[in-house]
This record gives sequence, structure tokens and C-alpha cells, in this order.
Amino acid sequence: MADMSPLPAARPPIESLAVDDAWRDTPLVPAATVAGRALAIVIAIMTFLAALAAGFAFVLADTSREWRGAVGVEMTIQVTPRSGRDIDADAAKAASVAAAFPGVAEARAFTRQQSEELLAPWLGAGLDLSQLPTPRMIVVRRDPAKAIDVQGLRAALDVALPDASLDDHGAWMQRLDTMAQVVVGAAAAVFVLVLIAMALAVGFATRGAMAGNRDIIEALHFVGAADGFIARQFQFHFLRLGLRGGAAGGGAAILLFLLLGVFTRQWTTSAGGEQAEALFGSFSLGWGGILAIAMISVGVALLASLMSRIIVFRALGGFYDVKD
Amino acid sequence: MGAEILRDISFDIAPRSFQFLTGPSGAGKTTLLRLILLAIPPTRGLITLFGKDSAELDKAALTALRRKVGVVFQDFRLLDHLTTYQNVALPLRVQEREEASYRLEVSELLRWVGLGERMHVYPPVLSGGEKQRAAIARALIMRPQLLLADEPTGNVDPPLARRLMRLFLELHKSGTSVVIATHDLTLMDQFDGARRLVLGDGRLHIYD
Repeated sequence: MADMSPLPAARPPIESLAVDDAWRDTPLVPAATVAGRALAIVIAIMTFLAALAAGFAFVLADTSREWRGAVGVEMTIQVTPRSGRDIDADAAKAASVAAAFPGVAEARAFTRQQSEELLAPWLGAGLDLSQLPTPRMIVVRRDPAKAIDVQGLRAALDVALPDASLDDHGAWMQRLDTMAQVVVGAAAAVFVLVLIAMALAVGFATRGAMAGNRDIIEALHFVGAADGFIARQFQFHFLRLGLRGGAAGGGAAILLFLLLGVFTRQWTTSAGGEQAEALFGSFSLGWGGILAIAMISVGVALLASLMSRIIVFRALGGFYDVKD
Repeated sequence: MGAEILRDISFDIAPRSFQFLTGPSGAGKTTLLRLILLAIPPTRGLITLFGKDSAELDKAALTALRRKVGVVFQDFRLLDHLTTYQNVALPLRVQEREEASYRLEVSELLRWVGLGERMHVYPPVLSGGEKQRAAIARALIMRPQLLLADEPTGNVDPPLARRLMRLFLELHKSGTSVVIATHDLTLMDQFDGARRLVLGDGRLHIYD
């Protein structure tokens, strides 16, 4: 026990003492608790789901733009075979009418061999189209710098070759647009719902943490802590948990998209892979998508921190029956 | 509604005074200390602390008043995840002072109460007496104008109790008003000069 010398005098601030772990301030809200770890896992899962929803929305929005760009720049003329007519000559004629029309950059008729190659994945290799009444396709590429009168081209073809029909893919583009908008909207709704669920989870966890740490809050009040100081301790606690969970969930989502990108790139050599890539793009997020997921992770942490601060302030408002 | 605790009790605590608050178990000693600390509001009546009516206090004023009061709880109220040093430094930390600015001050106080070698251990491994001294050091670190101690010698043997009492007397000599709640008559008898506030049947009898 100490000798009973007079109470030591207060000292001026000491600036030069080295800081090491033994002296460093420990978080006042215990960090490594079971509830804290569980919440970090919940936040990680929520961030992962939110990042997936946002990532898929990005991929689909990009793919939809690609679809519109690719489909919109091309039109197709289909020449129907008729008995007694030379379909190769009809195809060449349709191509020359289209190529001469204002606003058309190129018109290219598929040869019989190219048509066979196109159908090979479905009908098998070694196909002889001369045995089948297969229509012939002419791909018409628009000149992006010039406008084109699609109805005028259709009329010109009708005059020159009544068996030819022009498809400008307008109906397709409209359907693709609608589908893409619905899917992106659904992904955005899932994203918002996940964020709301996470905010509620943090809210419950904050109330639980306050109830579990009531002794600490009381002790802090009695040693003269202001409500703002106590709220900051909880805010930092949940910010740390949010950053940990957000980094894990966001990192997992980025990793998943990178792996899907690698996988789909390798898979595109097959016919199914080509279809998947045509529908969903290359699953490549790009730096913009990765940055967006990183921002979602940080945003989730900030949301958790803000939620806890609001709830702690509200709860402390009624902690003692004194005038506010 | 529960049974009424305390009743028409009026008293004041003079600056630089030393008093025991005593009475049988259940008389309301701890409740009275909590009322003085403004931890609970009175259902009726008036509490004036440092010249301010407690009913008129806002949160900021309440916090400012609590910083003038040191308190030693019967159950210590040390935070188990902080070291002894960090517990004692807590009143300074909540004022957002830099750790380096109070390190020597806290270390010296811990040595003074005999916990110099136990600075970096956690409360669960401290003995009852060591916890008591850590709680007392935490109450003293701000050099409060008023010290409230609830059964501060309740968990220690008589020799250690006497030594802890000498700590409080030392603090009193340096200008702090001290209120010690205890039902240990033997202990009070050793400090004859102290004022006694005896609580019982809703009344407070004061023996100067």
C-alpha cells in the first residue's frame, strides 16, 4: 500500500512521452464481442447482396447499350427463295439496291457457305443448303454520320425485288430496351431493399449494444462524459464493424465478378458461351463498376455509423429524466 | 408504484466538509447518493447542486456538474475491458484530452494509491482492495469539489479500510467535500470529528 504522502500535484501536459500499446486508448465500446462479429457478418452479406444487385445492374445497363449499339447500326434484308429464280442473283441485286441508298455504309450478302456456317451450330456441320429453301440474308450497315429513311429503303426494295423484306430490328430494340429497364429497375429495387434491411439490422444491433453496455454508458455519464462523446464511441464502433463487413462483402462481390469475367471469357469459345455473352455481356465490371462497389462498401459503413449515432442520441435523450 | 423511499429530508453539504452518511441497510443511503449525483430525479422536492436547481439543468449543464463530482460506487463500476490505468484516466479521456497530457498525472496517482505495479492489468484480475483503490483513484483524478463514496470500505479488511479512509481524509485536506456512505460504526468511531448524517424512517438526523 502507498505511503500517505500528500496527494500528488497536477502536472502540466507531457508531450514527449512515447506512445505504445500499453498506454494506447482502448475503444470504450468493446470491439470483439459475439454480437459485434455477428453484425459484421450480417453487414458483409448485405453488402455482398447490394454489390451484386448494383453490379448486375451495371453489367445489364452496359450490355443493353451494347445491344442497342450493335443492333441499331445494322438492318437485315431477307430474300425469300422462289422456284425458278436464282437466289444468288436476287441477293446480289438486293445488296446493290441497299448499298446505293443514302445513309447506308455497306450492304453485304451472305454467301451460301457463310449461311451454312451460321446454321452449323444448330443443324450440324457439312450442311448442304442447296437442298433446303433457305432464305438469304443481306446485312446492311448504317452510316452513323448520316440519317437513313428506312421506309424509303423498304419501298425501293419492294420495287426492285418484291421477295425481299427489310427488318430494321426496331421491335427487337424496343423489347430489349424494356427488358433491360425492367431488370435494371429490379436490381435497383433489390439494392435499396438490402440497404433498408441492413439499416434496420444496424438499428437493432445498436439498441442491443446499448442494452448490453448499459453499465459502460452509466459509468461514462458518471465520470462526466457528454452525450456527444458517448454517441461517438458507438458511432466509431459501428463504423469499424461496417468497414470490416463492407470490405469483406464488397471484396467478395468484386472477386465474384472478376471470376465470372474470366470464366465467361474462357467459355465464349462455345456456342452456349456466345449466347450468354450476347445476352449478359462479358460480366466485366470495369474500373467504374469496381469503384462503385468500393463506394457501396464505404457507404454501407457510413450508413451503419450514422444509424447508430442517431439511435444512441435518441436513446440517451431519455436516459435520465432531466430537462433537454 | 413502489414503496416510498426517503421523505422530507433537508440537508446541505458545506464546501470543504467531511461527513459520514449512515443508517441501517435499506434506509436509502445509496438512493440519497444517487439523488445527489443527479443519477435519478426526485419525485418531489428540490436538489440544488453547486447553486443550481437540478430541475432546471439541461444535458450540458448536467455534464458540467458531474465533472465536479467524484463518485466511488459500492460495486466499483470499473470497465472490465480497460486496464487499471485506462479506467483511472477515464474522466480525463471523456473530456477528450490527449493521452500524453495526463499520463504522468494518472501514473503518479496510481502509485500513490499503491497500484503502480498494477497499471496495465485488467479489473477481473485485481483483488477487491485493488479494485476499490482503482475506483477511488478514478474518483480523485479530476480533483472533484465533491466526493461521494458508497461503502468504500465494504469489501476490504479493517487495516486496508483504515488506509483507504486516510486517502479520503487526505483529499478532504486538499479542499474537497467528502460524503462517505457506510454502516460501519467502528470505522466512523475512528474519525470522531466527522459530521454524521444518520438516515432512518425517512428522516435524516444530523450530528455535527
